[in-house]
Amino acid sequence: MTTYIIRRLLYTIPIIFGVLLVTFLLFNVVGGDVSAEIAGKAASKETIEEIRREYGFDKPLFFSSDSQFIDHLKNAVTFNFGRAYDREPVTAKIKRGILPSLSLTVPMFFGLLIISISLSLVVSFVRGSKWDTAAVVICVAGMSIPYLSYILFGQYFLAYKWGLFPVFFSPDLSPVQYVALPVIIGIVSGLGSNLRFYRTVMLDEMRSDYVRTAFAKGLTTSRVLFKHVLKNAMIPIITRVVLAIPFLFLGSLLLERFFGIPGLGYLMIEAIGSRDFRVINAMTYISAILFVIFNLITDICYALVDPRVSLD
Amino acid sequence: MTEKESTITACATGAGKAQPPKGRSLWADGLRRLRKRKFAMVCFCIVLLYFALAAFLYLAEFFDWQVGPIKWSEQVGESYQKPSAQNIFGTDIFGQSVFRKTLYGAKISLTVALCASFISLVIGVPLGAIAGYFRGFVDEIIVWVYSTLSSIPYILLILAFAVVLRDKTLFGHKLTGIAAVYLAIGLTSWVGICRLIRGEVIKHKDREYILAARSYGCSKGRIIFKHLIPNVFHLVIIDFSLRFVAFIHAEVILSFLGFGEAHRPSWGAMINDARIELSRGVWWQMLAATIAIFFISLALNIFGDALRDSLDPKLRTE
Repeated sequence: MTTYIIRRLLYTIPIIFGVLLVTFLLFNVVGGDVSAEIAGKAASKETIEEIRREYGFDKPLFFSSDSQFIDHLKNAVTFNFGRAYDREPVTAKIKRGILPSLSLTVPMFFGLLIISISLSLVVSFVRGSKWDTAAVVICVAGMSIPYLSYILFGQYFLAYKWGLFPVFFSPDLSPVQYVALPVIIGIVSGLGSNLRFYRTVMLDEMRSDYVRTAFAKGLTTSRVLFKHVLKNAMIPIITRVVLAIPFLFLGSLLLERFFGIPGLGYLMIEAIGSRDFRVINAMTYISAILFVIFNLITDICYALVDPRVSLD
Repeated sequence: MTEKESTITACATGAGKAQPPKGRSLWADGLRRLRKRKFAMVCFCIVLLYFALAAFLYLAEFFDWQVGPIKWSEQVGESYQKPSAQNIFGTDIFGQSVFRKTLYGAKISLTVALCASFISLVIGVPLGAIAGYFRGFVDEIIVWVYSTLSSIPYILLILAFAVVLRDKTLFGHKLTGIAAVYLAIGLTSWVGICRLIRGEVIKHKDREYILAARSYGCSKGRIIFKHLIPNVFHLVIIDFSLRFVAFIHAEVILSFLGFGEAHRPSWGAMINDARIELSRGVWWQMLAATIAIFFISLALNIFGDALRDSLDPKLRTE
């Protein structure tokens, strides 16, 4: 077991290195020298030169002991992301954004999880009936409406027209107030695909032999569903949940953009608008690390829980 | 008992003729199953309609036919007119017909989704097949590349590509508008198909037909491209009928974020316009784009599911 965990840990090193290579290729090689862009249109040659030196664009790209790539690796390992193009440290920006983002994504995620799992149990209870078909059709239809339409129409009708919620974030509102509508929109827009996923999971379990045995010994449908099926369906559900956690830290790009919530998603949108590669680089790297860590946790949990997982 | 088995037994016990029953290929069988699903065929027709519209717009643009959607920039009325019999979806700020813009948007969206599919197929399928066939060091490198890409959240990766690629010159062409969008989508979304093909090729490479091909002295390239890939290609079709929807939605989001076409109408650009218009009570442009996206997504989702049910041998149990 220990050797398995160590091997699994070592395997994350090439992955992290790969992520750093991708971000380097994207932002330093393809993106190139953006010091003139940072300095602005009216900047003098000296200013541009100074910025070029600060961001290290004057160094060779790869093959030198003092190359941009070595700097990139060093910065990543020490979590030193430097200053964004508006001169504020990237780390400070990210720290500021985490809380608003989490206050949006955590209730959204758990709300969606609870609602779609309970609905999927109901749907698998009535499987094969007209209600089941109707549920699937509604799910597919819900998945086909573009995400932006949910947000725009939700904001327009619920907040702007009917005044049920505040339209935009403002600092004097309580978090519950400004987060309520985005959370509702997020849940409604994600319900289609989630419900369909959990329904498939539940129905896959329904076909197993142990369900037939449970029915054969005379258990009621509800007892089979809640006692046996739900317990066994927990494995795919937990996988999905654990792997979704890193994304909670990312916030929600579009929801934060529309409701003006100053989280990490908003930070990304701003960075994209101003082509701030430093911020995008830091966000990409941090989220990849989180993803790798949670992936590792899932694998180790599997090995701990499920005796069939081979440790080779 | 499956239908195939029943035909075989019927033939074997029936007339007792010497000639063996004619087997159906996977494709013929799949198509026959698909044709029985009337609703899926309706959806397929809707998808075809969208494609026909896009193709027609290309032709019209090429031959300079003066049809409605090509003249989308023409002023047909006053600005922000409500939907009426004349203009089904009303007019936008410049008095242009929203209906024409929506039709024209099909061309942009489908072009982006097609090009992105093409790019990700061209990268993903050969890489997956090569990794699965050769295993060893080559496999490890390819798996490393896609594990790396898949550990970066998809939306960040796609945005990073789009930001970097915009206004760059590639082989002498400036990447403006939709080129950056489909490159960003294509270059980031080959991972899924690559993983799928690799897994399937690993299962196939020890089967008898590959052994036979090898004993004939087929070259490795021939085995991979002439024998292995055609035998797993139905998975690619299934995967892409569903992934195509995701590409259309990605185009909308990227256009909305300002990466898309700036001078021609696309569904994403229309939604972006609608963001400001909604506060003035102008909802028709938003509705038109939503409806256009909704129908092609719905049709593709349903058709893709039906396709999977009829082509994937593992699911054919009815």
